[in-house]
Amino acid sequence: MSDIDSFKFSDAGRTRCDEIIARYPDGRQQSAVIPLLDLAQRECGGWLPTAALEHVAECLGMAKIRVLEVASFYSMFNLEPVGKNFIQLCRTTPCWLRGSDDLRDVAKEVTGCALGQTSDDGVFTVVEVECLGACCNAPMVQINDEYYEDLTAENFRKVLEAFKRGETPESGSQAGRSGSAPTDGLTSLTGMGAD
Amino acid sequence: MPKVTIDGTEIEVPGGITVLQACEMAGKEIPRFCYHERLSIAGNCRMCLVEVSPGPPKPAASCALPVGEGMEIKTDSEMVRKARNGVMEFLLINHPLDCPICDQGGECDLQDQAMAYGHDHSRFEENKRAVKDKHMGPLVKTIMTRCIHCTRCVRFATEIAGVPELGMLGRGEHAEITTYLEKSLDSELSANVIDLCPVGALTSKPYAFVSRPWELAKTESIDVMDAIGSAIRVDSRQTEVLRVLPRLNEDVNEEWIGDKTRYAVDGLARQRLDRPYLRVDGKLQETSWQDAFAAIAEKVKATKGERIAAIAGDQCDAEAMIALKDLMSALGSPHIDCRQDGAKLPTEPRAAYVMNSTIAGLETADAVLLVGTNLRWEAPLINTRLRKAWLQGGLQAAAIGPDVDLTYPVDYLGAGPDTLSAVADGSNAFAEVLKNAERPAIIIGMGALARADGAAILATARKIADDYSLVKDGWNGFNVLHTAAARVGGIDLGFTPDAGGRDVEGILAGASNGDIDIVYLLAADEIDTARLGDTFVVYQGHHGDAGAHRADVILPGSAYTEKSGTYVNTEGRVQLARQAAQPPGDAREDWAIIRALSDAVGGGLSFSTLGDVRARLVEANPIFDKINDIEPWPWSAFGEPGTMSSEPLESPVENYYMTCPISRASETMAECSREFVAGGDERTGTDG
Repeated sequence: MSDIDSFKFSDAGRTRCDEIIARYPDGRQQSAVIPLLDLAQRECGGWLPTAALEHVAECLGMAKIRVLEVASFYSMFNLEPVGKNFIQLCRTTPCWLRGSDDLRDVAKEVTGCALGQTSDDGVFTVVEVECLGACCNAPMVQINDEYYEDLTAENFRKVLEAFKRGETPESGSQAGRSGSAPTDGLTSLTGMGAD
Repeated sequence: MPKVTIDGTEIEVPGGITVLQACEMAGKEIPRFCYHERLSIAGNCRMCLVEVSPGPPKPAASCALPVGEGMEIKTDSEMVRKARNGVMEFLLINHPLDCPICDQGGECDLQDQAMAYGHDHSRFEENKRAVKDKHMGPLVKTIMTRCIHCTRCVRFATEIAGVPELGMLGRGEHAEITTYLEKSLDSELSANVIDLCPVGALTSKPYAFVSRPWELAKTESIDVMDAIGSAIRVDSRQTEVLRVLPRLNEDVNEEWIGDKTRYAVDGLARQRLDRPYLRVDGKLQETSWQDAFAAIAEKVKATKGERIAAIAGDQCDAEAMIALKDLMSALGSPHIDCRQDGAKLPTEPRAAYVMNSTIAGLETADAVLLVGTNLRWEAPLINTRLRKAWLQGGLQAAAIGPDVDLTYPVDYLGAGPDTLSAVADGSNAFAEVLKNAERPAIIIGMGALARADGAAILATARKIADDYSLVKDGWNGFNVLHTAAARVGGIDLGFTPDAGGRDVEGILAGASNGDIDIVYLLAADEIDTARLGDTFVVYQGHHGDAGAHRADVILPGSAYTEKSGTYVNTEGRVQLARQAAQPPGDAREDWAIIRALSDAVGGGLSFSTLGDVRARLVEANPIFDKINDIEPWPWSAFGEPGTMSSEPLESPVENYYMTCPISRASETMAECSREFVAGGDERTGTDG
């Protein structure tokens, strides 16, 4: 599994690491474990090999098992390698009612990945997650750091195909609305700002 | 002192304690799984719920709630009963119903509390979760499906043992307890997690499927694997000792014991001397007691007393030693010694050869200098005390001698006596630390004393104690750490050379050059038997170890679980070990063997019961009348300054798991040696 045997923060990473640690009072450096794990995960291509966990432990003077406890507790940390584009498909009730099953089928078709799989070329990983808190724009997925909302089979296919070509499509609502504003124009507070 | 009302009764309790502790003081039983008085509070099992007002109208976890003035606590209300009932039902959802095949059965907190507080049936019809078992080494067997995630084991490893290798990974339904990368738990105290585990998730690997607790006879005794004298309970079935568990003794071992204490007992069933042997034509042959005694008598009667010598081993009871001492003086021999390793220990004053600050007292030390000792291997439970002192309030520790990880920061000063001199003359910076400390201590191990310049090292240590006020009103920080359970008792009762007598080195030298004709080894195996030359060797002991191999006559004695014996620990605390099993075959209690031999050789020993022997012990030294008691010893003059060599100080213990005939015969200890000492801990769960 592990294809990264040793890990050290890059120079930029090291600087950032020191900045993060400096935020916490003396003797409480261990509070920096989550941001440091995030930093390490970004440097490792989206996942945390054992070497990275141990490096973070070393930076903070923590026992390795304590770092592993944190990394395994939070679903945002991946302990197995993931594809370049990490697709988190929400299947909790609102998204499910709004068609997340269709999204799963599209994802399988375009990326070749069933839930929990990574494509052979390492471009995609598709996983199922619990509610990501964007229910008003359901169904939605998170791809890397961005939310893609108001998805349908058609526009999700477009999004995925763009990623496949190496592009990064615009995030947010794919139905063209701003945030979670009504799709057919404002219905209330319409007088605001008219004066 | 807040006043609280518990189930209608008003009681005054000390401030700062928890509601659970207050309830206990009021005599109320509060069920719990995660709470343990020696560990930090986790509050995650929720079993200790009680109703508290004022407060939110819901049950509160009493283990994590500080007691407050005027609290009204109900431990048996309808709300509490329902809450505990619900918690128990949740705990049992994922706990397998495998009590009939679980080793914890009969001594399981979950079983007992489910009976007392649980439902009579389960409403859960879905599948239970299953968790893969983890590898935790040769001592701890894991069946992780049974785990209820109390995290006592995690807290023990992190806080007490000081090896943060255990943790809880994942969360919720997927939480699992494991060691980091499934390596063995590398601590001398690892098996204490078995006692702490309230369910059958962590059980004893060597004891797996051996017995049920109600089949065992339980004998309260004292351990002899090291000089701490831990309080133990020996569980036996008929003639067999099946396991050893710790007993509570706040002054000595709290409630922990080392892994060797717990697991070396399987060595009691192997390589035992169960009948007398006599060497005929160079080969040991079985014989009768009469013939063995006759052979010794013939030899003794033809030999002058000054050509006879005796050496007592490291695990001898005081009764056997006083009997042999009396026999030797009756035979006219001044050559007796109990310091097998040649430790240059003075025979008086007592303060010169015991741990004066006491084991519990070390918790209050604020600076400690370790000289020639690896505490983790020589006295793991003293090491936990120093770790506690460090955790509680910044103990400053420094070491001269072995450079080892003691689980707390230790300032490593150097390897040899030169560094000790530097501390003594003030040129080493640690001298300042000792000088400024309120309760400074020094611990001198056998690695510093069992060498040619041991007396000079002891004198230097004494100088440090005097110059830096290690000894003052109410505090004596001068500590000798023994590794042999018999040593302090042996010196107390005078099993040391009389005037003109030879010490161990002298006896061995005499045996090599023909000045000594008969050597009596009382379970003494840690000497260089090759140096015994052509002497006639009588070996009295329980295991076929080094001494028995060289012997001309073997008298089968008893191991510590097979006799009632008196032992004095490194603090100078006199403790009684009790007989838990019968010695095998023809073997007998050791003092009785010497008493019977005395008749054969005309030694004239007069005692005939254990009571007589103990009365003789008190006569030899009144200290033996003060069982379990300890008092400060007068600080009088000792130590002869001399030259110290520059040889590095090394720990006398090369392998924690094998230090005596019993542990060397133990298969479990052999496996631990392979795993932890020979560096075999690369093994992972998939290998086993």
